[in-house]
Amino acid sequence: MGNLLLIAYLDIKESLRSKWFYVYTFVFGGLMGLFFISGITDSVVMGFTGLSRLLLIFMQVTIVILPIFILITTVKSISADRESNILEYMLSFPISLRDYYWGKFLGRFATVFLPVMMALIIGIAWGLYKGGEIPWGMVTLYSLLIFSICTVFLGISFFISTLVKSHDIALGLSFTVWIVLLAFIDVALIGLMMQNRVSDQLIITLAMLNPLETFRIGAITLFDPELTVIGPVAYYLLDTLGHGFLMLYAILYPVVLGALFTLLGYTLFRKKDIL
Amino acid sequence: MSVIVDISSATKSFMGVKVLDSIDLKISSGERIAMLGPNGAGKTTLARSILGFYHLESGSITVAGHDPIRERVAVLEKVAFIPQLPPPVKLTLDELLDFVQKSSGVARNRIESFARKMELDIDAHANKPFFKLSGGMKQKMLIAIALARRSALFIFDEPTASLDPKARKLFYDLLSSLDYDYSAIYITHRLEELEGLINRKIYMELGRVVSDEKI
Ligand SMILES: Nc1ncnc2c1ncn2[C@@H]1O[C@H](COP(=O)(O)OP(=O)(O)O)[C@@H](O)[C@H]1O
Ligand SMILES: [Mg+2]
Repeated sequence: MGNLLLIAYLDIKESLRSKWFYVYTFVFGGLMGLFFISGITDSVVMGFTGLSRLLLIFMQVTIVILPIFILITTVKSISADRESNILEYMLSFPISLRDYYWGKFLGRFATVFLPVMMALIIGIAWGLYKGGEIPWGMVTLYSLLIFSICTVFLGISFFISTLVKSHDIALGLSFTVWIVLLAFIDVALIGLMMQNRVSDQLIITLAMLNPLETFRIGAITLFDPELTVIGPVAYYLLDTLGHGFLMLYAILYPVVLGALFTLLGYTLFRKKDIL
Repeated sequence: MSVIVDISSATKSFMGVKVLDSIDLKISSGERIAMLGPNGAGKTTLARSILGFYHLESGSITVAGHDPIRERVAVLEKVAFIPQLPPPVKLTLDELLDFVQKSSGVARNRIESFARKMELDIDAHANKPFFKLSGGMKQKMLIAIALARRSALFIFDEPTASLDPKARKLFYDLLSSLDYDYSAIYITHRLEELEGLINRKIYMELGRVVSDEKI
């Protein structure tokens, strides 16, 4: 446990000095700032208080940029460590592969999760300052959803990084994963539906397997009574599965999927050549 | 004399080419080996296999009786390694020392004392990321860390590549002054410099040991 925490700690310190971390923090912090300036918090639209509206929009932006941020920076840093022989040197010390892998995972998790949470907290603080009501249910759900989405995309990143040794292929693969998942959120699914060549069952299954879609469902569907932004698939799911189940599913499924990929990555790390 | 490294019919291929071709090699404690051979002979691959980075296709390697993959911690407690090129580690010297100290149980002041003997002032650069040091300083730092670990086996992959002649001499003097019976594998192209430090000479070519003599 000591070495695991040591690796995590050093990884965090290293991240805190890196450019990607500043860009990342700046993007999420800046996003919140932009929302304040644009006055979203002051308006009451469709029965939402300003703060709920702000959080909703924040989550919509998060779903587009967070996954690609996590994928690219994580895959890049792991494969750069391997190609520049940093990994070779660090692993020439008596550290178990278990401590190294999970330490890195823990450190990475902290550095991708905390800035987004900080932005969320700043948003809430601003809302409080403005004298608004804090929608605690929503805040709790969103924190959990951000936790899940970080887990699943970090898991995929670690899996890709241990599966593929080449820097370029690993980056290409991350990008492909992101594009495919993004393509198969509602927009593409509606396209499939309209073609009428695939069964509804398949579309529903695709939607439920896509962590980006479950995130959207969890973050937006449950709070948008009109379902204007989310589309018919989510509507159908809500109708057949119900709020409670969907919410639980949207939180747990990405965590389970992420854990699976992380474990698979760990197995590859131990079973394959390290360099 | 006890055997510290025991390699038997070790074979490893990359993309269909045998880089290690059924290598048999026993290294007893106290043996200091110059490992020679042209580029691509498989020297680095052999070193990395001893360190547990590669899974052999066939054959086996043990270090002090331990398997480098299944018992990597036990093996790496016995081995200190200096890579061919200093890696661009992003940790500061301070953090790197912290890492070495906690993972390998080496007291920091031992490393500092070896660094001083290599004419590297760690304190002056403690908060600088390792990769920002000059090539020679990096190499000195890696040498100080490796020697401070007081390992039973050193694996040095061309450790003097970026050192000036004076620093090279300091390094060789330090090695001669170590007061215990260590074993070493020096992968090198400069045999003449190692004179007096080695007692065995191995020549590798195309993944095989083609000559092996004690001197
Ligand atoms: N990780 C690897 N993947 C593919 N090929 C490799 C890898 N490591 C080494 N090789 C190849 O194996 C051969 C031997 O390399 P190496 O052991 O580095 O030789 P040396 O250190 O004797 O110069 C070279 O042809 C090299 O290209
Ligand atoms: Mg080499």
